Amino acid sequence: MSNVTDATTGAGEPVPGDNDTQAAKAENGPVMAADGRPLKQTLRRTLRREKMRALLLIAPLLVFVVVTFIVPILSMLFRSVENDIVQNTMPEAVQALQAWDEQGTEPPGDEVFVPLYFDLFKASEAKQHTQAGNRLNYEQPGLSSMFRSTGRDFDDMGEAFQDVFEEIDPAFGKAEFWYEMLSGEGGKALLEDRRALYAAMTGETMSGDVGFAPSADMAQMLPWTTKAYTDFAIWTAIKENDTVAEENPWEAVYAALGQDLRSPETVVAIAGYSGPGAVALKAAAENRDQLPQDSFREMFVASDKDWESVQAWRTISLFSPPVTAGYFLNSVDLTKTVNGIEARPETQQIYLTLFQRTMVMSLIITGSCILLGYPVAWLLANLPLRTANVLMILVLLPFWTSLLVRTSAWKVLLQQQGVINEILVWLGFVDDANRLILMNNATGTVIAMTHILLPFMILPLYSVMKTIPPTYLRAAKSLGATNWTAFWRVYFPQSVPGIGAGSILVFILSIGYYITPEIVGGTDGVFISNRIAYHISSSLNWGLAAALGSILLIVVLALYWCYDRIVGIDNVKLGG
Amino acid sequence: MSNLTVDIPRPPLNSFTLPLMAVFAGCFGFVVGNVFAQPLIGFLIGAAIGAGVALLAHSLPRSRRNVRLGLIVVFGLIGLILVGPGALVAGLLIGAILSWAAYWLGSGAYRSSVPTYYTARQTLWHNSFLFICGLVFFFLIAPLIPVIWLSFNAENFFTFTPEMLNFQAEGYSLKHYRDFLGTEEWMVPLKNSLIIAPFATFISVSLGTLAAIGLSQSHVPGRQAIMAILISPMIVPLIISATGMFFFYAPLGNWLEATLGLNQSFVGYVKVILAHAVLGVPFVIITVTATLVGFDKSLTRAAANMGANPVTTFFRVQMPLILPGVISGGLFAFITSFDEVVVVLFVGSAQQQTLPWQMFTGLREQISPTILAAATILVTVSICLLTTVELLRRRSERLRGMSPG
Amino acid sequence: MKLTTTLLTSTALTVAAGVAAHAQDMANDMTLVSWGGAYQASQQKAYAEPYMENNPEVSIVWDESSNEAVAKLRAMNEAGNITWDLVDVVASDAMRLCDEGLAMEIDHDEALAAAPDGTKASDDFGDLIVSDCFIPQIVYSTTFGYRTDMVPEGAEAPNDICDVWDTETYPGKRSLEKRPINNMEWALLCDGVAKDKVYDVLATDEGQQRALDKLDEIKDDVIWWSAGADTPQLLADGEVFMGSTYNGRLFSAIVEQDQPIAMMWDAQVFDLDGWIVPAGLPKDRLARVMDFLNFATDTQRLADQAKYISYGPARESSAPLVGKHADLGIDMAPHMPTDPNNAKNTFLYNYEFWADYRDDIDAKFQAWLAQ
Repeated sequence: MSNVTDATTGAGEPVPGDNDTQAAKAENGPVMAADGRPLKQTLRRTLRREKMRALLLIAPLLVFVVVTFIVPILSMLFRSVENDIVQNTMPEAVQALQAWDEQGTEPPGDEVFVPLYFDLFKASEAKQHTQAGNRLNYEQPGLSSMFRSTGRDFDDMGEAFQDVFEEIDPAFGKAEFWYEMLSGEGGKALLEDRRALYAAMTGETMSGDVGFAPSADMAQMLPWTTKAYTDFAIWTAIKENDTVAEENPWEAVYAALGQDLRSPETVVAIAGYSGPGAVALKAAAENRDQLPQDSFREMFVASDKDWESVQAWRTISLFSPPVTAGYFLNSVDLTKTVNGIEARPETQQIYLTLFQRTMVMSLIITGSCILLGYPVAWLLANLPLRTANVLMILVLLPFWTSLLVRTSAWKVLLQQQGVINEILVWLGFVDDANRLILMNNATGTVIAMTHILLPFMILPLYSVMKTIPPTYLRAAKSLGATNWTAFWRVYFPQSVPGIGAGSILVFILSIGYYITPEIVGGTDGVFISNRIAYHISSSLNWGLAAALGSILLIVVLALYWCYDRIVGIDNVKLGG
Repeated sequence: MSNLTVDIPRPPLNSFTLPLMAVFAGCFGFVVGNVFAQPLIGFLIGAAIGAGVALLAHSLPRSRRNVRLGLIVVFGLIGLILVGPGALVAGLLIGAILSWAAYWLGSGAYRSSVPTYYTARQTLWHNSFLFICGLVFFFLIAPLIPVIWLSFNAENFFTFTPEMLNFQAEGYSLKHYRDFLGTEEWMVPLKNSLIIAPFATFISVSLGTLAAIGLSQSHVPGRQAIMAILISPMIVPLIISATGMFFFYAPLGNWLEATLGLNQSFVGYVKVILAHAVLGVPFVIITVTATLVGFDKSLTRAAANMGANPVTTFFRVQMPLILPGVISGGLFAFITSFDEVVVVLFVGSAQQQTLPWQMFTGLREQISPTILAAATILVTVSICLLTTVELLRRRSERLRGMSPG
Repeated sequence: MKLTTTLLTSTALTVAAGVAAHAQDMANDMTLVSWGGAYQASQQKAYAEPYMENNPEVSIVWDESSNEAVAKLRAMNEAGNITWDLVDVVASDAMRLCDEGLAMEIDHDEALAAAPDGTKASDDFGDLIVSDCFIPQIVYSTTFGYRTDMVPEGAEAPNDICDVWDTETYPGKRSLEKRPINNMEWALLCDGVAKDKVYDVLATDEGQQRALDKLDEIKDDVIWWSAGADTPQLLADGEVFMGSTYNGRLFSAIVEQDQPIAMMWDAQVFDLDGWIVPAGLPKDRLARVMDFLNFATDTQRLADQAKYISYGPARESSAPLVGKHADLGIDMAPHMPTDPNNAKNTFLYNYEFWADYRDDIDAKFQAWLAQ
């Protein structure tokens, strides 16, 4: 037990043990150092230099850990609130949806479905629409297939328009016709807007020369068409490295023209238009009653009837903001609805149970580690070094056996046809028909994890007990204390830092474990980490995994803080 | 030890050794009798045998070794004749335990490790305490027994076959050792582990020790926070660390390959080594700071006083004193890397498959005691290593003229 | 879509041309991802070794990560660092990867060899091409095995899926996979739901509850497995009386390891396993992969694989070529899940359904398990 001052209390105060400082304090008036400067100043400088040196020593590791660990982990945990996928995939539809009444009983109309079609068409080219669907599916099953199945029909929806247009005027089937008609001046801003939307959706910069700039006049006259063609142009030029002027536009561009022609103002404007493609456009405007007349909503509903469901739209609307508390709510068995936050249905509540179980079982494991580790550590600390070192090999040996192997070994020992049961049955203590169930439940997890974590308890305990002079006990006894009193009042309090260090180590390690509970835990012996692992590697719901992980991390940090308050982190010792 | 036992009076036979041995052996008899559904008769026979053994030991105190050998053989034979080859081992064990107990009790050796003034109750407590510790040690080692045993299984399952239990030669084979030592499937991961773990350990130990020394200075601003950051790799659930680190190391790897033109496999090793180094850092920090708490700072001042520069001071004064802490931290860091499966699964690629990774897929995809053979070999190697270290320590102590503790 | 198809065809064409003309444009290292164990060994022997014999400059690294393939591919894609060249996944994973744009769409006729009689690849594989990105290799099934020596005296050997629920006649534990897929379907089948109505029922909350209630009857008798090697080990230990697993695992335990286990084929659930090519491979690596893929999925190679493991080849034209086990010399055909004797009562896995309901039902299933 050294009396080195803790840095937090020591900072700013005179260094205890430094006689000069105390001497300086004792006298009044400035004391000069050897070089003639005031001693206070010199001391402050030395102190600063010492601080710098300490920081320099720490810096390499600190930078290493922060860069390669803290930053990646924080960005991983940020996924627990991140939700920009919906907005990035269907930006204009989400914006249009703002005006929709969530509480109402009617699904939104074409004011949402039209932008939705063009957003999703673009997204389906980039293969992003299913990702948005999968995100929403976490909140309401069925949405994923709604997005997927409709995604397959987007081309057909556009082709219905395309066929009619090409019949009206074959020029509509030509790549250069579209290019000439829609190119022009003044549309740079539109182009950059569309590019930014792409960049947000794909996560790439999408920078480069498109070889096309929309005309501001056409953007005025045919807004949907110009936007759709610009999207097509950016994708073609940048992602597919083709020349825009030589490629036939997407089906969506035809649908967009169809949509534009539904507006009476556009028809009027076309009548007065004389630029490139005027002939074909006029013909199309005249024959617009031949075009499909279904609203976009009807087309979507024909593809999948769930688009009519108000519930589905409520979910889309609720989970369209770029930041969500949804994952966190989910990880405490709550859910977000239009009426506010509600408990999840009882059949789906699982995480609170798991958190509670993780805590309780980790406590039990820590407790049994103390129980088993304390006597052994005492023995090791009080035996002659020779014997202690030999026994220490026994403690370290399990460490050298892979965790996986040790866990499988427990499986061999604990299962119903396993070694322990076989021996007990053979000896006649257990009936063959009623073998003990030691595994695939909480018992199995506790036994195996206690075994695995026991060395983490023994080593810190041992190093603390090593520093307790055995004379204290003898002194207590010679003063008349019984064995028990001597132990409890004299020895035990001094070993508490060891217990603390071991416990915090075992507890923290055990709440993060998942391989061992997975193998021996069955159903009621698994931890929250198992669910985190499941969401990371199987369900791919990384947001939920990150939320669960964040909660776990907060709990651990809180414990760490408490521990530091009570025992002080300096007292954590491992071996040595 | 022998000169001590002379001082201890032999306890009375009739009122101590004989009844105790009878009860002790009776317990064995009870268990054995239970196998034949006759626990009570077993107990009586056991008690009688125990008394007999006690008498024998009492009357032949000098030829302890011969008597014990004889008893072990006799009990083994009884087991063999009564039940079969499986019980031979049980018989040998019982014989060894009973004869040892008879001499231990009979010669008064049970008091040899307690001060002479201890009362009977204190002696009893002391010995039961030792017994409890023995049980805990057994608990620690127990899982290794089936691991080693099953690694010689002739079948491809983790199951004790009847042939194995009857100690028949056809139940055993070395094929899993051949699988382990003779196939690339296992040798490459072993090689990878032996490349990755030492480098990772080296990084975490060197950076960790420096930082720990920095942290132990008396004026470090934001020390608690720094400590929390440095310990965090131990705290964050591994699966989260694994995914998080993946997103860091994948672009880093791309950059190293594309910009610096490094070889893909080399970059792969670098990634895993760095990832494992971070995981090992907390262990080094904790152990080394703990050692430094007890470090006498006047020593460095003394060294500086005598004209040593800081580097010399560090290597010649500070380092040797904190070396035990550094070594045990390094040991933990090494094991962390050597036994780590989750992070390497994400960060590594197939070229960097490590031993635990191979074991993990092995356990999941094929049932083969090869992993047990691998474990047995590792345990053997580590026993040898630890024993060598201990022997070296004793030798250096002897050379330095210190009495071995 | 037209555009993408033309594009795809043209890449496929250039690939095909590249195969013939410029062998030097192909990368020489290939990382194949598979499941490890006996299955990977069969691929190694049937595909990789003959391929390397023809192309001695190629070196193949196997990565046993198929279990985490979807997660890792997604992470690789986000990080822009695709280290895999060809990935073996089950069909449902292939569909997810394809949906998320993580796997490349393939023109099966262009990329794959035709059958010896000239049948186009897309016809030869037929319905098994469940996704544009998926190149089927094998048909496997999830089915039950039981300990022959643990069948009670006087009782018949179990031959009905509902015997799993009959703990009176067949005492002992059962092992089931720790996920709702397959278990929920079997539960409903044994609760009297007609085979073609199972997924309709399962789509409703009541239906899901009904399946869980049925599973509740044997909950105390179930050991849940999560790794393919678990059930054979549990059966070998006698820890369970019967358990579900992949048929190839049971074949290996029964025939190769000589354990007292037998198959119960009733209501086996067919599933597919095959390759996908990760999206975004550089040209030279893609060229090598397509060359290998063309070789590894031809009629003979698929039939060869069946020499080493009892999974049915995915090509119709391979079926007649299935021969004898490579080491044991026994006829493999009767051990195939597709053998008429084994396929009397089979159940078809509904990919679409599980793609939608997987998360939801899994949440309920896990909550039920934790109760």
